[in-house]
Amino acid sequence: MVTKRIIPCLDVRDGRVVKGTNFLDLHDVSSPVSLAKYYSDCGADELVFYDITASAEGRGLFTEILTEVASTIFIPLTVGGGINTVADFDRVLKCGADKVSVNSGAIRNPSLIGEAAKKYGDQCVVLSVDVKRVDGKFTVFAKGGRENTGIDAIEWIRRGVDAGAGEIVLNSIDTDGVKGGFDLEMLDAVCRVVSVPVIASGGAGKIEDFVTLFNTLPKVDAGLAASIFHFGEVKIPDLKQALKDAGIPARI
Amino acid sequence: MIAIVDYGVGNLFSLKSSLAAIGAEAIVTGDADVLRQADKIILPGVGAFGDAAAKLRATGLDTVVIEEAKAGKPLMGICLGMQMLFEKSYEYGEHDGLGLIRGAVRPIDDLTKGTMKIPHIGWNALAFPEGKEKDPVFRYINEGDHVYFVHSFCGVDCDDALIAYTDYGAKITAAVADGNVCGMQFHPEKSGKVGLAILAAFCGCDPASIGK
Repeated sequence: MVTKRIIPCLDVRDGRVVKGTNFLDLHDVSSPVSLAKYYSDCGADELVFYDITASAEGRGLFTEILTEVASTIFIPLTVGGGINTVADFDRVLKCGADKVSVNSGAIRNPSLIGEAAKKYGDQCVVLSVDVKRVDGKFTVFAKGGRENTGIDAIEWIRRGVDAGAGEIVLNSIDTDGVKGGFDLEMLDAVCRVVSVPVIASGGAGKIEDFVTLFNTLPKVDAGLAASIFHFGEVKIPDLKQALKDAGIPARI
Repeated sequence: MIAIVDYGVGNLFSLKSSLAAIGAEAIVTGDADVLRQADKIILPGVGAFGDAAAKLRATGLDTVVIEEAKAGKPLMGICLGMQMLFEKSYEYGEHDGLGLIRGAVRPIDDLTKGTMKIPHIGWNALAFPEGKEKDPVFRYINEGDHVYFVHSFCGVDCDDALIAYTDYGAKITAAVADGNVCGMQFHPEKSGKVGLAILAAFCGCDPASIGK
């Protein structure tokens, strides 16, 4: 049986990992290569690199470090941030990314999903969506969760999958940063309408949150988190073991 | 020297890097003479079968790969490159493969009948057919080791050529071999240390030296 994936997400600015970590055994905690290797050795099933660089120079640094990571780490790599055109897909895929995640770029230009899927295959296109409840309705937010688009999230995701998105990353703004667990209600609503893999993001605070996620919603394929891994609050080998002990398929 | 066949399909960056990581000397090439001179050949591939097979034929490299394989040169197909080793594929129509491995390529859903998500994406465990000696390409691998899959179609009716399968709502062909020709449905270049050890076995490298 295919295992549930555990995916650390690394924010990169000007070629360096931001948000900090407290891994004492790493010489350079903001080196994307050291961190990627650390996570890969710990048993991470996949890595997401999110480019939060604003400048063109920083973007160049990002592709340089991506090339270095992809020459060193041999697990799937997903890249997001600043993906607005098919040329952006091309830029990061050439540096060794396996999948590319689109968010605001697809909201501005919905045809981007279909164009990229046609050129690189559905498996390459990840639709990442930031969703918040507005008057009880799941609503898509853009620009890192700052702008209410008014778009119905379930409809947006369904359309994205029809256009060729091969995976969905669902980030709940309502639970993000709260560390009270994943947004099971929102995830369930999305799993009911799509048949592609769904990756849960936002809200994990402890190992039990992942166990609850996969036990409650067996259709969810993966759990993504950032700071709880970076700060060592959840250690990936412990998490994998806990999943296995709970009868959830995990790669150890 | 290992030749990675370049026929304009897919991203060969990771495959080339992973061979470098195990200390294998590799070259990405679309040159028939280089393929003939190489010690071993890897046939990669992603995308749709019909397109990829047409591109390979357009380069004329299909006949070189077949000739070299029939002359006994070790050949490994990866993902779509593995599917192209088969006799036929029924991915959106009917297409001829290279005919180096018996069997055909059919939708996973023909086996799983709507019970599983398609594509099959993620890490799944390798299982070896009962009563059969483990193929040398898996000599550093244990049953239950996980490898990374991304595919919607799979090899069927490969009989004795089956050397590993995985459980995804049905027994799905994970790897095939017939003499000097083998194929991996999963991506060894994306399967961490397990994948590198499989590539090392094929390339004749020592997996203990990986990452050093």
